[in-house]
Amino acid sequence: MIKADVQLDAKGLACPMPIVKTKKAMNGLEDGQVLEVIATDKGSKADLAAWAKTVGHQYIGTQEENDVLYHYIRKCDPGKSDAVENQFERTISNEEIVGRTGIILDVREAAEFAFGHIEGAKSMPMGELEARMKELDMDQEIYVICRTGTRSDMAAQQLADAGFTKVYNVLPGMTAWNGELTKNI
Amino acid sequence: MAINTWTAADVARKVIDNEELFILDVRNADAFEDWKIDGHKFEYLNIPYFELLDGVEEILPKIPTNKEVLVVCAKEGSSIMVAEMLSEEGREVAYLAGGMKSWSMYLEPIKVGDLESGGELYQFVRLGKGCLSYMVISGGEAAVIDAVRFTEVFTNFAKEKGVEIKHVFDTHLHADHISGGRTIAEATGATYYLPEKDAEELVFDYTKLEDGLTVQIGASKIDVGALYSPGHTIGSTSFVVDAKYLLTGDILFIDSIGRPDLAGLAEDWVGDLRETLYNRYRQLAEDLIVLPAHFMIIDELNVDGTVSKRLGDLFANNHGLNVEDEAVFRSMVTDNLPPQPNAYQQIRQVNMGKITPDNDEQTEMEIGPNRCAVR
Repeated sequence: MIKADVQLDAKGLACPMPIVKTKKAMNGLEDGQVLEVIATDKGSKADLAAWAKTVGHQYIGTQEENDVLYHYIRKCDPGKSDAVENQFERTISNEEIVGRTGIILDVREAAEFAFGHIEGAKSMPMGELEARMKELDMDQEIYVICRTGTRSDMAAQQLADAGFTKVYNVLPGMTAWNGELTKNI
Repeated sequence: MAINTWTAADVARKVIDNEELFILDVRNADAFEDWKIDGHKFEYLNIPYFELLDGVEEILPKIPTNKEVLVVCAKEGSSIMVAEMLSEEGREVAYLAGGMKSWSMYLEPIKVGDLESGGELYQFVRLGKGCLSYMVISGGEAAVIDAVRFTEVFTNFAKEKGVEIKHVFDTHLHADHISGGRTIAEATGATYYLPEKDAEELVFDYTKLEDGLTVQIGASKIDVGALYSPGHTIGSTSFVVDAKYLLTGDILFIDSIGRPDLAGLAEDWVGDLRETLYNRYRQLAEDLIVLPAHFMIIDELNVDGTVSKRLGDLFANNHGLNVEDEAVFRSMVTDNLPPQPNAYQQIRQVNMGKITPDNDEQTEMEIGPNRCAVR
C-alpha cells in the first residue's frame, strides 16, 4: 500500500464523477498533502492526469490492481510558485551527487517516492523529518532532494539547525533527474 | 431549456446529408486530436469536461446560437453534465447517447445498387471507424463480406429482408477491427471463408478462400468470384460481384492504397502489392465499381453516403496507382508509414481465434481511427 493523507473511494462511478469528486476532495486537503483516488472507470487515469495539470496539482501516478485503479495526486496551492527562492546556501547539482559517498535523503511524500526515486535514496517525508532525524548519521554527507528544491531547502535548513554540518540541497531536484528511477509499486 | 438526446444514427444522418453541426467535444485534448466525428460542414470546439466543472460561462461566447449544438464525450456521462450546464444558461443543446463509444459502433446500411434478376448490394458504413462491410442479396439468400463485430446488425438486416445468410467472407485477416465473420457463420450455419495464407495461425475451422472460387447467391446467377490480390496481407483476396462490382478489401481504397506492414512483413509484401495494383487489377474491366473495406476521410463519401468509384477513375486519379518508378513506390509504402492502428497485434490474435476478450475489451481495442492505408 502506498501511503496517502486522504482517501477517496470512487469505485463504480462513471465519468465525470471520479473527477468531480476528486475536485471536491482536494478542497479539503492541506497544501502538499496526497490524495488517493480509488476508481474503476478506466478513463479516469488520463482525465485525472490532465485535470491535475490544468489546475496545477501534481499527478503522481496510478497503480492498477485487479481492475481497480489507485491514483495519487498531491495538492499544490496554485498561489504558491515552485520557484520560491532557495535560502539554504550549500547546494549541489543533480549531476554532482552521482557516485558520491553519503546518503541521498528524499523528503518528498511517500507516494511520490514510490512512483520513482534514485536508487539507494532514503525516504523521509518532510512532515516526518523532525521525528526521524535521529536515524541519520551526522558524520555522513547528506544530499537532500525533493521534486523542485523547495521542500529540500527547508529540510536542509532544519537539519542544519539541528546540528548537521554536512548537508546539501540538491538542485534542481527530481523533476530534472535524468538518471534511472527505482519504483516501489 | 430542454436537453435533446441524439443517437449515433441521428449524427450519421447529419454526416451523410451534409448538414451543419457544431460539436462541443468535452474529451481530453489527446483523444480529440486522435479521433473525432467527421462531417463536411461540422465545426468543433474541444474543451475537456474537467475544465468546465466550475461553469460554462467562459465558453458561452464560443458556442453558436444559430446552429445545432451537440455535446460529445467518451461514453456520455460528461456530455450530459455539460449539456445540463449549457441548458441552465438558456442554450438549447443535445448530447450524443453512448458517446464516442456508440459512434464507433454505429453502422449505416446503404444500398449500393441493384444486381441481375432482382438482387441487391448493400454497403454497411461504419462512419466512426471508417470500416465498410457488404451484403449481397439474391433469391432469398445472402453473402456477407468483411463483416465488423456487430453481427446482429447483419443478421437482423437479413431477417428484415427475408434472406438467409449462406456465405460469409473475409477478404483477409483484419488487423484494425475485429471481424464478425466467424460469429455470423456460427449463428446462421453459413460457410466462413478466409484466404488460406492468412489463416495459418487460425485456431478454428474455416473454408479456404481460393483464387477463382465462385459462389452463386440464390437461385439466380449472382456470381461472387474470388480474385487473389496479395499485398496488404499475403492472402488478401478481392471479389468481383455480378461482373459489376470489385470488392477490394484493404488493397485499394478510393484515395489511397493498402499498407503492407501490419503483419510485420512490409519488405516481403511490397512486391505483391505492386503486382496486384499495377498488373492484376489492370487486367480487369475499367467499368467495375470499386468497393473498398475502408475509407479514411469523410471526403471519400459519395453524396448518398456510399463509398465507391469506377476502377478506371481510380487508375486516373488515385496517386498510389500512378507511381511509375518501382523504387519510389517501394519507399512510399514502406517508409514513413502512418502510426499503426490501435492494438493491431491483439486484434489479429482475436481474429485468429487465439484470444476472446469480452465486449468492453473489444471496444477498447477498436478505439480510434483505422489506419490501413498509404496515401
